[in-house]
Amino acid sequence: MADDGLPVRSIAKSLTGISGFDELTLGGLPTGRPTLVCGSAGCGKTLFAATFLVHGARELDEPGVFVSFEERPGDIVDNVASLGFDLDTLIESGKVVIEHIEVDPSEVAEIGDFDLEGLFLRLELAIDSIGAKRVVLDTIESLFSAFTNQAVLRAEIRRLFDWLKDRGLTTVITGERGDGALTRQGLEEYVSDCVLLLDHRVQNQISTRRLRIVKYRGSSHGTNEYPFLIDQGGFSVLPVSSLGLNHRVFEERVSTGVPDLDAMMGGGGFHRGSSILISGVAGSGKSSLAASFVDAACKAGQKAVYFSFEESQEQTVRNMRSLGIDLGTHITDGKLKYVAARPTFYSLEMHLALMLREVLSFRPDIFVLDPLSAFTETGDRSEVHAMLLRIVDFLKSEGITGVLTHLTQSGQTVIETDSGLSSLMDAWILLLNRESNGEFNRELYLLKARGLSHSNQVREFVMSDDGIHLLLPYTGQGSALTGAARRVAEAEERRQERRREIEAEKAQKMIEQRRRRTLAQIEILRSELDADEAELRGLLETEAERRSQIEMEEAEMRRSRGST
Amino acid sequence: MPTENANTRKLTLYVAGETPKSLAAISNLERICREHLPGKYQIEVIDLKKNPQLAREHKIVAIPTLVRELPIPIRKIIGDLSDEQKVLINLKVE
Repeated sequence: MADDGLPVRSIAKSLTGISGFDELTLGGLPTGRPTLVCGSAGCGKTLFAATFLVHGARELDEPGVFVSFEERPGDIVDNVASLGFDLDTLIESGKVVIEHIEVDPSEVAEIGDFDLEGLFLRLELAIDSIGAKRVVLDTIESLFSAFTNQAVLRAEIRRLFDWLKDRGLTTVITGERGDGALTRQGLEEYVSDCVLLLDHRVQNQISTRRLRIVKYRGSSHGTNEYPFLIDQGGFSVLPVSSLGLNHRVFEERVSTGVPDLDAMMGGGGFHRGSSILISGVAGSGKSSLAASFVDAACKAGQKAVYFSFEESQEQTVRNMRSLGIDLGTHITDGKLKYVAARPTFYSLEMHLALMLREVLSFRPDIFVLDPLSAFTETGDRSEVHAMLLRIVDFLKSEGITGVLTHLTQSGQTVIETDSGLSSLMDAWILLLNRESNGEFNRELYLLKARGLSHSNQVREFVMSDDGIHLLLPYTGQGSALTGAARRVAEAEERRQERRREIEAEKAQKMIEQRRRRTLAQIEILRSELDADEAELRGLLETEAERRSQIEMEEAEMRRSRGST
Repeated sequence: MPTENANTRKLTLYVAGETPKSLAAISNLERICREHLPGKYQIEVIDLKKNPQLAREHKIVAIPTLVRELPIPIRKIIGDLSDEQKVLINLKVE
């Protein structure tokens, strides 16, 4: 009705079965309309088209006609078999028809006016034979080399597209990339609904496939370039975009697997969903610490994914066994997924995309990337930075704890790390390898840990066959010492202590002796005093006796004188 | 009727319905053959509208298409055959 107003609902769409692409376009390609997929040779146009067709035939009960202007049907079947598509079975069951249109210009002469009614008839026959809903034209531009009268050809191609549209067929038309134009023959002029551009770029000898939606009439779409991948899992587009800073935060703690390190943060380890950077020079124990994280998570029943760009799975498993960390069991238990690749194997974008895909399918709790610095050699700084930002944002949004190691060059100062990593990271563990007195000592310093109170001490980092331990350094005499220096200093301290103890004991004894001597003297004096007192008392008594004797004698004398 | 010998040109003309182009091609071909190849030709006209599967079997894309099956090699001419000289050259008529 007229009062419906503006059309709010978007146009009908047909799923392509290409993971990522359907999400990106909110439902796939426009139903009943032609879509042009253009790109240079070998960038995956045919596979895109084949995936679209096979998905329709196999999953959505939409039979399809594959019109090939180049490859023979047998070749097409073989090519898509590499994506895991069994086209032969679909052909037998009447879900797919391959119509091979071949035109050999050497055996054809053009005299006078003509049209391509033969092509239309063949197409119609093929479509009607299986009730097709989807059509692929791969690559219709081949016709341009077969016919000299281009005006007729263009008119006929335009008529063909209109004809397909009138019949409501969802069509994918592939076109070769031309100089300065999307297609060599300007097919984009005839397809106004949806145009996709596939690209295959080589940078620093690494190729990346990318997809861009140039035009999608009647639908919103991202305008970015998205990396895509063709592998045994099929054709997949990997939408990678920055997710912003509105992720959830967790109070939950994640153990580092090193009790001493957990203790440095007031126990319990880092917050879940933190991104933790472990940086250090070669051989400072970055991978071991990362493996320790993984071990702790797996033992706690969580899942971990470990991306290594240096070592193979076997190598890491063997190496970590020497630390008493058994990654092999975690792998067989399905708790740990180990992915090893050379950084030069893909481009940055592709690595990122692959990592995200792995994370989305495996759903780990801990994500380890070892080492990050492998990328800084392949890409330029801003790209690496952008990639890290995306990884970190992605991990945060998923509540996954990220552990990223970074190899610092020995000459590099501590704080100056590549790509301004610090601001992206919630925690930064610095592993030092300090040379002093003819030995290297591993040291660990918790440079930062957002939201956690943490020790400011440099600890000695010791790897032994029962795991990683952090030793308190020697901190006497105004400096912190580690390794042999620590041991020497501690021994010296002990010797001095002993010496002091002995001195004190000696002094104590002397004082005791002196005290005893004094006490003895006091005793003597006291006894002398007692003797004197006794003597005095004796004297006084004798005197008193003498006086009373005298008094008695005087009285006696008075009595005797008076009575007589 | 002409007999089938080494000089006989076996010609098949593929058309689609009675379109002006198809009708022009038929009349042009018949006229050229009558005038230049008396008794040395054999024409078969196939209407693909009626038998579309033949388009597939005989690999026909453009309409009208004239196929010279004999003498070998197979030669295809597309168009309404309006240029008599060109037709003769392509049919290798001396």
